[in-house]
Amino acid sequence: MGNRREFRWGDAADEDEGIEGVLPPTQVIGPDEKGVKIIIEWRKREDGAKVKVTTTVRVKKQVKKLNPAVVRRRSLKKFGDALGQNASDNLTVVSTEEIFLERTRPAGQQGQKQEEKGAELASLGNASLIVCRTCGKKGEHWTSKCPFKELVANRGFNIGERPPGEEDLGTASVGPGKASYVPPSMRGGKQGDGESMRKGRDDNSIRVTNLSEDTREQDLQELFRPFGSISRIYVAFDRDTGLSRGFAFINFVNREDAVRAINKLDGYGYDNLILRVEWATPRTDRA
Amino acid sequence: MRPILLKGHERPLTFLKYNRDGDLLFSCAKDHNPNVWYSHNGDRVGTYRGHNGAVWCCDVSRHTERLITGSADQSANIWDVETGAKLHTFSFESPARAVDFALGDKLCVITTDPFIGNPSEIHVKRVERDSSRQSNESVLVLRGPAGRINRVVWGPLNKTIISGGEDSIVRMWDVDTGKVIKQSDPETGHQKVISSLAKSADGSHFITGSHDKTAKLWDIRTLEVLKTYSTERPVNAAAISPTLDHVVIGGGQEASQVTTSDRRAGKFEAKFFHKIFEEEIGGVKGHFGPINALAFNPDGRSFSSGGEDGYVRVHHFDADYYHIKM
Repeated sequence: MGNRREFRWGDAADEDEGIEGVLPPTQVIGPDEKGVKIIIEWRKREDGAKVKVTTTVRVKKQVKKLNPAVVRRRSLKKFGDALGQNASDNLTVVSTEEIFLERTRPAGQQGQKQEEKGAELASLGNASLIVCRTCGKKGEHWTSKCPFKELVANRGFNIGERPPGEEDLGTASVGPGKASYVPPSMRGGKQGDGESMRKGRDDNSIRVTNLSEDTREQDLQELFRPFGSISRIYVAFDRDTGLSRGFAFINFVNREDAVRAINKLDGYGYDNLILRVEWATPRTDRA
Repeated sequence: MRPILLKGHERPLTFLKYNRDGDLLFSCAKDHNPNVWYSHNGDRVGTYRGHNGAVWCCDVSRHTERLITGSADQSANIWDVETGAKLHTFSFESPARAVDFALGDKLCVITTDPFIGNPSEIHVKRVERDSSRQSNESVLVLRGPAGRINRVVWGPLNKTIISGGEDSIVRMWDVDTGKVIKQSDPETGHQKVISSLAKSADGSHFITGSHDKTAKLWDIRTLEVLKTYSTERPVNAAAISPTLDHVVIGGGQEASQVTTSDRRAGKFEAKFFHKIFEEEIGGVKGHFGPINALAFNPDGRSFSSGGEDGYVRVHHFDADYYHIKM
């Protein structure tokens, strides 16, 4: 409303192209009771075509109440030693170090709980969560508690190969020859180390895009924690500039939690941006 | 959070106080000039020049007009907050220590140390609005406790005065009669010097910190110990959050032993405890000396700590602080 300028034919006459060449004036509709404002602009492209640009914005009014005494004191005259003081005195310095309220108890408690939960999950048969990186067995034990650990060290067989005693020792022969180097991806058939690690990464992994540059792991932790336990958060940073690249991966321990997070947070407004939350497409093997 | 470091003092901090609106922070130290800072950005507004000794304590009137400071130069001064002008000096025979304005700012209480034969005393003075008519007369002088009286505050409706000090006993005095009405039970009370005492926002209870490595929460009317918070180091300062059920306790190894051990062994953190559950929530590190002073902003969104290292650190809480679950 309002800003629409009356269009006069005389305006067009001044232009070389005549009435066709004149762009309609910018039109602003709203803001309505919800604060939504629509701006319709017309631009001319280089090739002469007219382009209509419609921008929809929401106007929010933030009311901050201030104590009049405080406002008045904002402009107090300096006195005493503060009078001759200048910025180079460095009396007031913002700490360069980020300081946190370091939680005492929950650190230990939570860790314990998670471990317990892990054990529970394992007993429930959701065994794919625990994969020993030493022997490749699923759901029996953690890597650090692998009973074959010493065997690995003594016999010197490659990590990722099955321990002796299991039937198919022959899988190792997939590699070129016994003495030559076998790249990890070729070792022990498809039970390779890299495989199991990647599998862990793709499990219940969701991708969050359109994040603002300021978003850190901690923020995502806060955002996604309410849906369930998270096993990994990865925020992509640009290696050169150190800025966030605007997307992140989050792995949930439980698939249901991930589903709920996607349903709830896809299209959620976060830091003035609309988040896109979806399943992370499994990485296709790079050659 | 990134704390703001204020380096306005050259010697250890002794006391911190926010005004009621929470926009100004007053700091006292063993150097002679108390400072006042904007609490939101740490800009120094001014210093109060005129004391000639360590300043132990201060209090600010309800509408941030007057500041009273107690100093080791055997005086307590009243200042104009906004100009730094000294309005009046109360002189004593011995160093002044704790000061507190009563509700309504018509009375103030000042304690003095035992000094060359004088016992420690608690003086109640009338504070005139017009400082030219200010008299030096004490309305009431209380004697009795042995040793220094490190902190003194007014009880509800200005009917009582609560004091705590080196004799490790918390006393409640009747202002009308000048008698001790109640005192803490030696069994449940503190075992060593009481170093700090701070009231809750509503004045219904208060917290004391002691060198016996505990802080205790007391009912201000019954002097009953409600809660005890135990730490590993002597407590020099304690404060109650005005908004959440948190208390913050600061302290550390005694200053004389600091140089003999590692910084981490000193436990120079401000420790947060849950007020009701008495459970430790966490710690905020940063000082490299014991914490001598702590104060919560009346809005509950920031707190500041002052250390033996001469720094004041103003911490504005991160958003996650408000959602801490036990």
